[in-house]
Amino acid sequence: MNLVTIVEKEAARIRIAKRIARELEEMPKPLFANLGVGIPTMVPEYIKSEEIYIQAENGILGVGPPAAPGKEDRNLIDAGRRPITERKGCSYFDSATSFGMIRGGHIDVTVIGALEVDQEGNIANWIIPNGKQLGVGGAMDLVTGAKSVIVAMTHTTGDGKSKILSRCTLPITGYGALDLLVTELAVMRFVEGKLVLEEIAPEITLDELRQLTDAHFHTANELKVMRD
Amino acid sequence: MPIDCKKLKSIKEAISLIKPGARIMVGGFGNAGVPNMLIEVLTESGVKDLTIISNDLGSPGVGLGKLLRNKQVKGVIGSYFNWNPEVAEAFNNGEIEVTLIPQGTMAEAIRAAGVGIPAFYTPTGVGTELAKGKETKTFNGKECVLQEAIGADFSLIKAHKSDELGNLVYYKTARNFNPLMAMGAVVTIAEIDEIVPTGSLDPECIVTPHIFVDILCLGR
Repeated sequence: MNLVTIVEKEAARIRIAKRIARELEEMPKPLFANLGVGIPTMVPEYIKSEEIYIQAENGILGVGPPAAPGKEDRNLIDAGRRPITERKGCSYFDSATSFGMIRGGHIDVTVIGALEVDQEGNIANWIIPNGKQLGVGGAMDLVTGAKSVIVAMTHTTGDGKSKILSRCTLPITGYGALDLLVTELAVMRFVEGKLVLEEIAPEITLDELRQLTDAHFHTANELKVMRD
Repeated sequence: MPIDCKKLKSIKEAISLIKPGARIMVGGFGNAGVPNMLIEVLTESGVKDLTIISNDLGSPGVGLGKLLRNKQVKGVIGSYFNWNPEVAEAFNNGEIEVTLIPQGTMAEAIRAAGVGIPAFYTPTGVGTELAKGKETKTFNGKECVLQEAIGADFSLIKAHKSDELGNLVYYKTARNFNPLMAMGAVVTIAEIDEIVPTGSLDPECIVTPHIFVDILCLGR
């Protein structure tokens, strides 16, 4: 089965972002969230609640929408260096205070991309050892410090290999750090040391999902069909 | 009233204090809040064997990327060098030493150096490659790694405004590591956009009190 054709790439990214937006909407308010680079930055497009405040670890609480072309301020960026705007009531602070918010458990949720996750709840997202990368940024602080860690990633690699493994092969960012995993094909929660499938995409069967997932996972009593 | 500021010096004069082998903290995140004029003159000075402590090394040939291209860097301590692939290249060629630290741990280690704390424990990075060789201890059932403070001979920082005493305020996300580095080094050199009369900054809004600032340079 060629997975890439199940859900086209951009549709997959939008589905994941929308599903996570819904998750954030359902969490208690006010909600303080930190968003990683990639799919996570698409999430705010689908958020309606006024009480979700976005923090960026380079020192702002109250990130507004991306800056309009021509209106960029090179000294107002998010942690992915994208030009952003201020939301009313936003504040600026230094990096130690910023990571104090994160490490100190004041940030309710972080949404991050990942290269691999595994059935032990481990997350690998900081490096592919190929000699070309040298950077961790705030990834380890975020998965350790945020109260809840949501991973947003496509279910498989470009060539169809499962990114949800029995054991991560890449260097780990955080051990047992996962709380919720959202791919275009499944929603899985890491509860009491177990990976539990809660929702499955309408395009595939449970058997097909198992074929596309290396990790062993449990299935929730009430398995739901994933919707955007 | 004319500006009366004993700390105000030319960039050249300030940078001339930096000798080969110095350990230097440099503020900035991405290209925001980087003391570009100080870096420019440090590059022109050609002073070598520098150890640079900074979140990143700018982009290729931009910001601290200039110092790297000019072969003035012996080692770098930071959190994210993927924006400048020349760092990995230089590291792989054995030209520079690189120490990677989780960003939050790095920020706190710089702060620690400035506030008289020699080391601290943090849960960040436990069990990962970046914690290898570091002492660990368990507190309330949570394993933590020991991180030593990171200090330096100089810090080169970027602030928006200073008064004549050296009280600093910053601009938006250009603040980042700058106030921490102001505290963490023996000599702090601040590049500022503007100098204003003492008393004109709201004392409630001053981010870096002038006790932490040694030299001021106008960046424009």
